[in-house]
Amino acid sequence: MSQVAIQASGVGKHYKLGLRERNVSLRETITRMVSAPFGKRGAGDEMFWALQDISFEVRQGEVIGVIGRNGAGKSTLLKILSRITEPTAGRIVLHGRVASLLEVGTGFHPELSGRENIYLNGAILGMRRNDIRRRFDEIVAFAEVERFLDTSVKHYSSGMYMRLAFSVAAHLEPDVMLIDEVLAVGDSAFQRKCLNKMESVGRHGRTVIFVSHSMSAIARLCPRTVLLDGGRLRIDGETPAVVREYLSSGLGTSAAREWADPSKRPGNDIVRLRAVRVRSEKGRIEEAVDIRRPVTIEMEYEVLTGGTVLVPNLHLFNEEGACLFISQDLSPAWRGKRRPAGTYRSEATIPGNFLAEGSITVTAAISTTDPVAIHVNEPDAVAFQVVDKAEGDSVRGDYRGPLPGAVRPMLSWTTTELDEAGPAVTLKAIT
Amino acid sequence: MNAKLPAPADSVGAARDASSEANAGAPDAGTAPAIVIEASSGITFRLGDVWAYRELLYFLFWRDFKVRYKQTILGASWAVLQPVATMAVFTIFLGRFAKVSSDGIPYSLFVFSGLLPWQLFAFSLTASSGSLVSNTHLITKVYFPRLVIPISSVLVGLVDFMIASVILVLLMMYHHVTPTPGLLILPLLVAFAVITALAVGLFLSALNVQYRDVKHTIPFLVQFWMFATPIVYPSSLVPEKWRALYGLNPMAGVVDGFRWALFGTSTGSGSLILVSVVSVLLILFVGIAYFRRMERGFADLV
Repeated sequence: MSQVAIQASGVGKHYKLGLRERNVSLRETITRMVSAPFGKRGAGDEMFWALQDISFEVRQGEVIGVIGRNGAGKSTLLKILSRITEPTAGRIVLHGRVASLLEVGTGFHPELSGRENIYLNGAILGMRRNDIRRRFDEIVAFAEVERFLDTSVKHYSSGMYMRLAFSVAAHLEPDVMLIDEVLAVGDSAFQRKCLNKMESVGRHGRTVIFVSHSMSAIARLCPRTVLLDGGRLRIDGETPAVVREYLSSGLGTSAAREWADPSKRPGNDIVRLRAVRVRSEKGRIEEAVDIRRPVTIEMEYEVLTGGTVLVPNLHLFNEEGACLFISQDLSPAWRGKRRPAGTYRSEATIPGNFLAEGSITVTAAISTTDPVAIHVNEPDAVAFQVVDKAEGDSVRGDYRGPLPGAVRPMLSWTTTELDEAGPAVTLKAIT
Repeated sequence: MNAKLPAPADSVGAARDASSEANAGAPDAGTAPAIVIEASSGITFRLGDVWAYRELLYFLFWRDFKVRYKQTILGASWAVLQPVATMAVFTIFLGRFAKVSSDGIPYSLFVFSGLLPWQLFAFSLTASSGSLVSNTHLITKVYFPRLVIPISSVLVGLVDFMIASVILVLLMMYHHVTPTPGLLILPLLVAFAVITALAVGLFLSALNVQYRDVKHTIPFLVQFWMFATPIVYPSSLVPEKWRALYGLNPMAGVVDGFRWALFGTSTGSGSLILVSVVSVLLILFVGIAYFRRMERGFADLV
């Protein structure tokens, strides 16, 4: 367990911005060489460090999360680790067989059948034909596509396609597994199944590096997390602390949104939105919300023209895009009353033990109900994660498996032991 | 557990870890091979990598082969139609009307025996040149020795070649031509044509990753090359003093060799073949070196 699986020291990667452009034509290069034959070639190319001075060590059997904003270098790190691209600086030593899953279904061919694609995809991911043959039935059973094995995958539904693709990947037996956000796709029931499969992968002594935007997945799967910021390793430590730092440092800004420039504020001549924020019960802006605790969403807006009845409302969506509910301000203070010009803040609190795990996106809107008019409608104004730490006192209880459902309310249950004689007598009476 | 997996005991960089040699055979979980990842320098061939990934090579070949005639009405008969139609056109216009010499062999047979290896070459060249770009989704998502891609793509042409060969046999029977014992070297010539296509294809496929101009150059190149190869005319038309230079075109050697093997026409001199072999080995060497050099940037550039 204590053996080192991955050791990275001083890893860096830079791109010449000029070269990064796709399809540079030969003519351009020749023109450049002709126009400045003795000039410093590439002098105009700007260097862009996608990754700089990254050092860390992963022990065998560790499951490590990698988080960071878009462009922080997560994907570049994964690409270097999986040998798709070379680092410009530094050195990594990897022990064991490495499998990378940067995408589900890499190399699937739509014209080939499910059976054929299992072999093809398996080979691409580094499996041997004998291994694929040995695990074939397992792969098919996990994907639940038995009936369509000999149908070409272009006729598959997207769900079936994803299930098959993930199933092949899930049956790899590498020593080190690199996974990039592949769970962002597929239906949620299958996602959970995959998460569980991956949890079992971790428990079998396999080393896993898992890049994700989903704080709940990271929190559940990875005891240790690395935070990247601007291509540099910012923190490397226990997941809860790193996630907290990530969220509080304003790196994950999606839990709060402010429109500083008045002309860019969403809205019309009557009212404009200024800010939307997600706050924990302590009043902190919070990207990851404990499933057991209440969460408050606030809207700040400016009424430019007074005299209209305004109803602020919030629409919550889960990661599948399903609308969980819509809630509007019906508090008596302003219900049915014309709003004078001025700045307002409306807050709504969602109780703890109500939302299900996962990411929630919020649409902020301000409308008038009679006659119907929509003044502000800002989709994806803010987003947050509902995280279940699975400590036994959430709705999850002691169960760690898949738990479907759009909401997860804590209901009050009672169980009473019944008197055996009671029903027996009743039965007799009927017959 | 994973003793049989094709564990690539190698390094991305030029530097090799000592344990990589020891584990090349059958690594087990206890002595996992170490992979060293760092910026590489210089030129390395590492053809052993390709061997370690031979199953992937096979599967990619098999994929391209399976998909080749999917959703076509005529299916594999395309492999026959193309050379036969080309032969017909050449026979009518060049053989009948222009009366191009054919070294005493019926012109249709003469031209077909040239078209057969030529189309194998042309297909393989075109396929391998575009292979990296058409497999972008693999290159950017998973590691394996990139050489596997162009190699697997040149092999697909062999299937069409086999099918079209049946027509050659029928034509020879029709014209009552009995092959010479030289027939035995035919497989060597076929391999030579494929290697030539691969050698040039390696270079072009790597170039194509950065410069998509290559894609537009290839049809022109193939056409130009065809007229520089003795397909519609015998190489005896080329003046003696230019023969050796002509042999720089490896396909000239292949086509002449084909006719020699089938009909015993002694147009191809030994020197011509020799020049061809040397030139191909040279192109192959440079092709692999260039490919390896460019390989590091494929995922970033493609």
